[in-house]
Amino acid sequence: MNGATTQLRPDLAVIAEHIDAGTRVLDIGCGDGALMAVLRDSKQVDARGLEIDAAQVEQCVARGLSVVQGDADRDLADYPDGSFDYAILSQTLQTAERPDLMLDQLLRVGRQAFVSFPNFANWRMRRALLLHGRMPVTRHLPVSWYETQNIHHVTVTDFRELLSDKGVRADRSWFFSGGREIGSTGANWRAEYAVFQLSR
Amino acid sequence: MRNLSQATRPMPAPTASHSYTLPASLPLDSGEALEGVTIAYESYGELSADRDNVILVCHALTGDQYLASPHPVTGKPGWWERMVGPGKPIDTDRFHVICANVLGSCMGSTGPASLAPDGKPYAMRFPVITIRDMVRGLVALLDGLGIHQLHAVVGGSMGGMQALSLAANFPDRAARVLAIATTARHSAQNIAFHEVGRQAIMADPAWADGDYYAGDTRPVAGLSVARMAAHITYLSEAGLTEKFGRRLQDRPDGTAGAKSFGFDADFQVESYLRYQGSGFTRRFDANSYLYITRAMDYFDLAEEHGGKLGNAFSGTSARFCLVSFDSDWLYPTAESRHVVHALNASGAPVSFVELSAPFGHDSFLLDVPALDRVVKGFLE
Repeated sequence: MNGATTQLRPDLAVIAEHIDAGTRVLDIGCGDGALMAVLRDSKQVDARGLEIDAAQVEQCVARGLSVVQGDADRDLADYPDGSFDYAILSQTLQTAERPDLMLDQLLRVGRQAFVSFPNFANWRMRRALLLHGRMPVTRHLPVSWYETQNIHHVTVTDFRELLSDKGVRADRSWFFSGGREIGSTGANWRAEYAVFQLSR
Repeated sequence: MRNLSQATRPMPAPTASHSYTLPASLPLDSGEALEGVTIAYESYGELSADRDNVILVCHALTGDQYLASPHPVTGKPGWWERMVGPGKPIDTDRFHVICANVLGSCMGSTGPASLAPDGKPYAMRFPVITIRDMVRGLVALLDGLGIHQLHAVVGGSMGGMQALSLAANFPDRAARVLAIATTARHSAQNIAFHEVGRQAIMADPAWADGDYYAGDTRPVAGLSVARMAAHITYLSEAGLTEKFGRRLQDRPDGTAGAKSFGFDADFQVESYLRYQGSGFTRRFDANSYLYITRAMDYFDLAEEHGGKLGNAFSGTSARFCLVSFDSDWLYPTAESRHVVHALNASGAPVSFVELSAPFGHDSFLLDVPALDRVVKGFLE
């Protein structure tokens, strides 16, 4: 991992590390463009972004990145089939109107996809619900139930099942807790969030 | 329209700081060609030795080359002084900025008020031109100035149409294309508003089939009605409500805000529109208004490229940035998205942002700090 990728959030860093140089990448929900900038600068990647928030798009444009303001639920349909080597969806799946359809779109516009999401079966979440009977507010998911954008709570096991239902291959997976990568053993209990590399 | 038909003084002949006469005839989309075309332009900032720091700014329907310097007729500041100048988003300390009066206009470039080879004004003998013809004129100017590739072409409204047309038709001439509050085609509603304006001009007896240059009256009533109708489309309902509401004008005799029970400009918004209309007639030629609105109505970039907008951009390696405004109902966000979709389909690098601003279509000319940041960022 080089200096630029270590500046990134851990899930983005692992994605950046596993993207081949000189490829075409669509970053869906690219935020301020941090991942795109690293991919462009350290891997000569032709990176494009889709982001719903105008202020974030503005920041991306100011960094010289090509980012379109749009809604992933609606606008992914506008991209031609196979127009990217990779489609990236980081920490956005659980906010989609239909995560299953979004997964289809990812693997339509990209030959491969990276998806990262928070694991709602993490033991802290389970404990909060079991002991206190309340929807969990954790360090990784700090927003109360009524204002969270996370409308589709997903676990590592749920996600694996969706992949198998759809015939999508998980080529690699990574799990994180406390900002550090952990092994895959007991990931559905231990991981705060997960990253999957997918293909058809 | 009592208040509008009084001013009949002839328009002063503008003097351009720079002008370039094309060495060859200019072929037009209509199949005709124009001889001896002159393009009047202004430039700001130093040209680099490699001539690689040039930004071409394209102006809108009633704009002109006085981008960042006072207008010679009205004395008002340049139309984009807030955007263009030393240290501004389009930074004249770094870039050589060129803005040319479009073909068909009336501020020194060849248009219907210019003299035809027979020594008389063209008037309605001027050929109908298109946005692409205007761009051909701009490219001929760049050729004359020895500028091959632009750092960027930038434009709002009709200027954005020219920027897109330049990218589509001369794909190697601009490295960056910034198109603001614009469209790739005129909609039925856009054409309809323009037709109202043209009919207002042509219904004015002083228009005289366009042959009014020799006399001392001009179709100022018609032209100002055209401008008033168009001006409404440049604003937003919320903007008009905030600025004027239903407030009444003070009467000339000093009575504060009372209805006249007549047809004077009772409401402040009426007075404002009349002022906008009559001010416009002092700097603009009615026939130019007919020709340029016609060019905009004919604009359909997809039609020029086999009906598919994606094809229009297949040859370009430029980076694109499109900006729309949420209160712009003349060229709404959907029109910019349509262009973005086509650029995505052709694989061109494109950014797009819809900015929030209350001023309607005119937002691109007004105080919208987010636009400044996008423009500056994109041109870096």
